Amino acid sequence: MLSYLLFIATIGGIYGLLALSLNLIWGGVGMVNLGLAGFFAVGAYASALLTTVGHGPIAAGWLMALVAGGVAGLVVTLSTTRLRADYLAIVTLGFAEAVRLVAANEIWLTRGTDGISGIPGPWKRALGPDFNAVYFLIVLVALLVVFFLMRRIDRSPYGRALRAIREDAQVAQVAGKPVLRFKTEAFVLSAAIAGLAGALYGHFTSYIAPDMFLPLITIYIFLAVASGGTGRPAGALVGAYVVMTLLESSRFFVEWIPGVTAVQRAALKELLIAVALILVLRLKPSGVLPERIPRARVPPAPRPS
Amino acid sequence: MIILQALVNGIVSGTLLAVPAIGFTAMFAVLRFPNFSVSGVATLGAFAGYLAYGAGLQMAGSLAIAFAVAGVAGLAFDKVAHLPLIKQGALPAAIASIATGLILENVVRLGFGNEPRGYDRPIARDVFLGEIRVSPQQLETMGLALLLMLLVFAALAFTRIGKAMRASADNPELAALKGIRPERIATLASFVGMGLVGVGGMLLGLDSSIDPLTGTRILLSLFAAAVLGGLGSVPGAVLGAFLIGMAEELSVLVVGSQYRAAIGFIAILAVLTLRPRGLLGERAY
Repeated sequence: MLSYLLFIATIGGIYGLLALSLNLIWGGVGMVNLGLAGFFAVGAYASALLTTVGHGPIAAGWLMALVAGGVAGLVVTLSTTRLRADYLAIVTLGFAEAVRLVAANEIWLTRGTDGISGIPGPWKRALGPDFNAVYFLIVLVALLVVFFLMRRIDRSPYGRALRAIREDAQVAQVAGKPVLRFKTEAFVLSAAIAGLAGALYGHFTSYIAPDMFLPLITIYIFLAVASGGTGRPAGALVGAYVVMTLLESSRFFVEWIPGVTAVQRAALKELLIAVALILVLRLKPSGVLPERIPRARVPPAPRPS
Repeated sequence: MIILQALVNGIVSGTLLAVPAIGFTAMFAVLRFPNFSVSGVATLGAFAGYLAYGAGLQMAGSLAIAFAVAGVAGLAFDKVAHLPLIKQGALPAAIASIATGLILENVVRLGFGNEPRGYDRPIARDVFLGEIRVSPQQLETMGLALLLMLLVFAALAFTRIGKAMRASADNPELAALKGIRPERIATLASFVGMGLVGVGGMLLGLDSSIDPLTGTRILLSLFAAAVLGGLGSVPGAVLGAFLIGMAEELSVLVVGSQYRAAIGFIAILAVLTLRPRGLLGERAY
């Protein structure tokens, strides 16, 4: 039971990182990334390759995942940041598919659909059964570091500039904010965090394959951010664990329904997630923890003399 | 000769792709958000047509059923899930449409499972034009697709409601001032657009087989055709579909069939970098 809970908490923490990544651009700047699963995969593969084929240390793999995710983010935004959000949505969706195609077909590098196995975990042999607990701690630390970084950004002048762009890019531009640079920076940072999440995932499961990075993960994270509250890092964290709870409890629920095949069970689970996302968007778009927008200080009205 | 054969195949698949691309781009022109549920709707259309064909209808009748089922389902989701969100902006509506697409895909999966199914079509000998080979079925589906496109263009060019739709896409405020009711145009765009997407799903599934991911598989080619021609432009979508169809077939000769699905993505990136408004611009017609 404990190991199951640790497993759920670790995966939930990794989803939390993805949710923070999405929240930075969706809640922060008002851009979307429908290819989150693609950046997640890029990070997972970068770190896995460096530590298995390249025999590099795990820490180097995680650093590599951050860099690879960021570079992928830069490539995707270079052609699209100037454009409207709907184009970015289409491009990012295509990016995730392209990543999966490359992962499945460049067998010399990624071993194709067989996937990469034997990805090392930190101190795995020495820890033995305690590995899951220690790994959860590592994920928790990463999560907290990114969380406080996000909160710092959220409350800084930088974060205010991002929100100004979200509300009205034209006004921000007129106010002298380099809109294009802000958008690119935010997207690259967001993609790098998604890459790190992918690396943490790969070293936890010790095995990755193209089928583990389906667009469905992106939907999970959108549900997490929407239900937690867009525009607030704490909301993203809460949302990630809400989604994890929903996923796990739905598993028990669908197994309990009699006369349903495995394929139908999977379909029911996906249906549930999709319906939940629509319900949240329709009924509670601000989420559990709505964004707090600090009020501008109003100078006291001059006393009539 | 191989190249010529690939080009002919590309024209055939481009013609079929043009049908859902027109639907997607027309919906974008009027409703102003990219409707990602086209993947699920295309799958739904393919299965509705499959059931109708299996029940003994001819090709034209089956396509009509695919059109009706997809149109009604697409319209219902637009009314219930997407359009109420459009007040918050195009993005929430687009995100909701991913979820509705997923709903449709999984409803089909619940009913039919994941096994691929084929339309039980009569076997016929291929026709040779010189050394170029085409199957009679390809000619038939291509003819039906062309006929459908002709109908759409005629409706947009000559009928009152078609002109109203173009006016509304060009300038909604001005159109409303002239007494065109925007909600009626939106309803029509949803129904016809999604109907075309459903028919497209069936047309593209006819030559191979269909399963719950049929729509998802054509999603990138569909978007690429629309973006290439200019998002919101109906003639652009047709041009884009032909170009994507041919590029995909030619790519098979160069990099093999496994990267066929990536051509759409590369085309989108290239167009957005070089000519962001697409080949024909963003005007609806």
